[in-house]
Amino acid sequence: MDMRLSNRAVLEVRGLTKRFGGLTAVKNLGFEVNSGEIFGLIGPNGSGKSTAMKSVMGIERPTAGEVIFEGENVAGLPAHKIARKGFGMVFQHSRPLNRQTVLENILVALLPDSLFMLFPDKALVERAKWIADRVGLGNVMHRRPPTLPFADLRRLELAKAIARDPKVVLVDEPFAGLTRAEVDIFSDLIRSFRDEGRAVMLVDHNVKSVAALVDRVLAMYLGEEIVTGKADEVMRNETVRRVYLGGAIETHARPETSFKDRAPLLQVENVSVFYGKAQALENVSIHVHEGEFVSVVGLNGAGKTTLFNTISGFLPYGGEIVRGGDKLRGTSPAKIARSGLVQCPESRELFGEMSVRENLDLGGQHLPDDKRAAQLAWLFELFPILRERQGQMAQTLSGGEQQMLAIGRALMMQPQILILDEPTLGLAPVILEQLSKALTKLRETTAITVLLGEQNVTFALPHADRVYVLEHARIVWEGDPGRFASEAGADFL
Amino acid sequence: MSNFFTTRLFFVSLALVVIAATLPLYVSGYVLGLLTVAFYFGVFAMAWDLLFGFAGEVNFGPTFLIGVGAYTAGILNAQFGWSVYPCIVLGALASVIAGLVLALPALRVRGPYFGLTTLVAVLMLQNFIVVFADLTGGEIGLTIPDVISINAGTNYWIALGFMTISAAILYGLSQSPIGLVLQASGQDPVQAGALGFNIVKHKLAAFIVSAFFSGLSGALLVFYFGTASVGTVVDVAVGVNVIVSAVLGGRRTVLGAALGAIFLIVAGEFLRPTGELATFIVSAVALLVVLFFPGGFLGAALSREARS
Repeated sequence: MDMRLSNRAVLEVRGLTKRFGGLTAVKNLGFEVNSGEIFGLIGPNGSGKSTAMKSVMGIERPTAGEVIFEGENVAGLPAHKIARKGFGMVFQHSRPLNRQTVLENILVALLPDSLFMLFPDKALVERAKWIADRVGLGNVMHRRPPTLPFADLRRLELAKAIARDPKVVLVDEPFAGLTRAEVDIFSDLIRSFRDEGRAVMLVDHNVKSVAALVDRVLAMYLGEEIVTGKADEVMRNETVRRVYLGGAIETHARPETSFKDRAPLLQVENVSVFYGKAQALENVSIHVHEGEFVSVVGLNGAGKTTLFNTISGFLPYGGEIVRGGDKLRGTSPAKIARSGLVQCPESRELFGEMSVRENLDLGGQHLPDDKRAAQLAWLFELFPILRERQGQMAQTLSGGEQQMLAIGRALMMQPQILILDEPTLGLAPVILEQLSKALTKLRETTAITVLLGEQNVTFALPHADRVYVLEHARIVWEGDPGRFASEAGADFL
Repeated sequence: MSNFFTTRLFFVSLALVVIAATLPLYVSGYVLGLLTVAFYFGVFAMAWDLLFGFAGEVNFGPTFLIGVGAYTAGILNAQFGWSVYPCIVLGALASVIAGLVLALPALRVRGPYFGLTTLVAVLMLQNFIVVFADLTGGEIGLTIPDVISINAGTNYWIALGFMTISAAILYGLSQSPIGLVLQASGQDPVQAGALGFNIVKHKLAAFIVSAFFSGLSGALLVFYFGTASVGTVVDVAVGVNVIVSAVLGGRRTVLGAALGAIFLIVAGEFLRPTGELATFIVSAVALLVVLFFPGGFLGAALSREARS
């Protein structure tokens, strides 16, 4: 047999590009995955890694480029055709058929794409049972999904993805929402896919969490490849370190004792939150003093957004949240926001078909006309670009301008406490600099208390007086930003 | 799914059908007539549930499919003198073709637009009937010379038999591998695609099956009434009744939809002495069920079983 042929990559991606309107999510990406290899596609939130995976699978149609599977270009085919050629995908969020058993759910994945199969084949049922055993669902195969713990639901997703014996398995964030013990079990399962000769491609946020699992890693940022190589090589790469950790960070922390309020303005005490069976926050306690700038850093999925949504009153929780001595439980989100605890959400939530000015005016709706005008004038000082864009529809703004508008709208509510959830998401470095300057100004010229959530450490540290690190639903580190790099930084590569 | 014949649902259904079959021996023709209409409505509602409950597509215009079947059968009989049975078969086929023409483009649009397309189709059909009054009888309605039978008992048995067979086929289909794939595509189209299923193909098939049973039932109903009119088989209000029946009986249950239809029609008739209030009361009950038991009659029972 020709050795070169048998060693050839099962999956080859060349010049893959995906544009959404004016936004280029994936830019000229190229890599190959061999059978019997685990390949990681790594990048911070908004870097385009999930879009790249969806473009390979055919869920998104690539704008340009080739996806070559066993010598055949499958780019542009619909997902169901690509799947039948030998691809399986493990989704992060599962929506199993709740009235069917686990076994029947697996059986669905085995069915042919035919309108004439009225009775399931005995052989298919046997195969489904074998797969259930294979992923560790043997004991629960006759139960229905609503009665299963979260980890078993993830196993069910694995089972469906490998059901038809695919040559390429794509896994979207394999460990999201799993405990450390479960991470080990799932790592072993994914390794066993490799050992069976499949090509496995993982998408995740940072190298470290998958370093023990992957054979090779491609790190990407803003849709483009930074470097490809072994996990430890990639972690040593200068550009990767800069993207994740930043260069030398100048911090301006004010000591906690310099804040005059005796009891902190905002206290989150032992808060726990569950999404169904998955625990999103576990006994989280943080506090923020009046006028303080506190950053909560954590990777995607660590629970930052959940924490902020809990504080804003959107989620039921265990524990207590106290603001200025009063418990917030039972107060509606609208009332919390109106009383000056304002969140600028990660997803921005702009009114896309309204103008920039209308968006801002809605933020300042409750103010008397003269106060609103004054607030607006102040805001235009902070973000001059918004003054120029006043008449433009919000959805036609660039990503950076949209983020400024989202922050601006929150500021029009004259917050006492401003929560900023990942303002840097998917933004180019030059925009980050502008945002960073605005935050500096905010900190130096106003009394607004800021709670910032970020996975971009470079952005989160320079302004912060204090930093919390959130990991797997728990606070694992608290301290001065100057000590962050030496004490907690390694987890962020 | 293979052991349906041992489930409680099967025995309860069987008992209900057997009891229903003996009714002509001891109830009045008036009650039989009422139930006959209710059974045809039951098929409308079951056919609709296959689309909404399983394929996840809300068809706001069930009466488009029903109306095409009913009017095709009626016109062929009244205007061209064709005999009853070919008219019924052609009515069902016309409904399938009309369904295809509507669904092929409509299934390519996402979300609420599919529903809006189906709603517009009903209004167009209604307009067509009024405009081409020479052919269709217009607003007054079309008088059909032939009927299947003049005996109330026979008509009742035909309707019961038709509903039972339709229920068996539609329920069987919903529990078959095709039903599973359909349910998966309705619940999570992206994942169903990634599992290798052509979603448009499966949804189109569901639409065709739904159209066939709607059209067939519409055609049979016309030959029971002896007339075809906009108010009985096309009007949007009729479609709303079909939808309410299915939701009331329980989404994703097929059989529940028939129960809902029978409840809706029988309750409406019992409340007739209250005059105009009848519709209001039935609608209020429907609203309460939708708001507080969105699973419907059968849905609530089945999901309790699923949890245990």
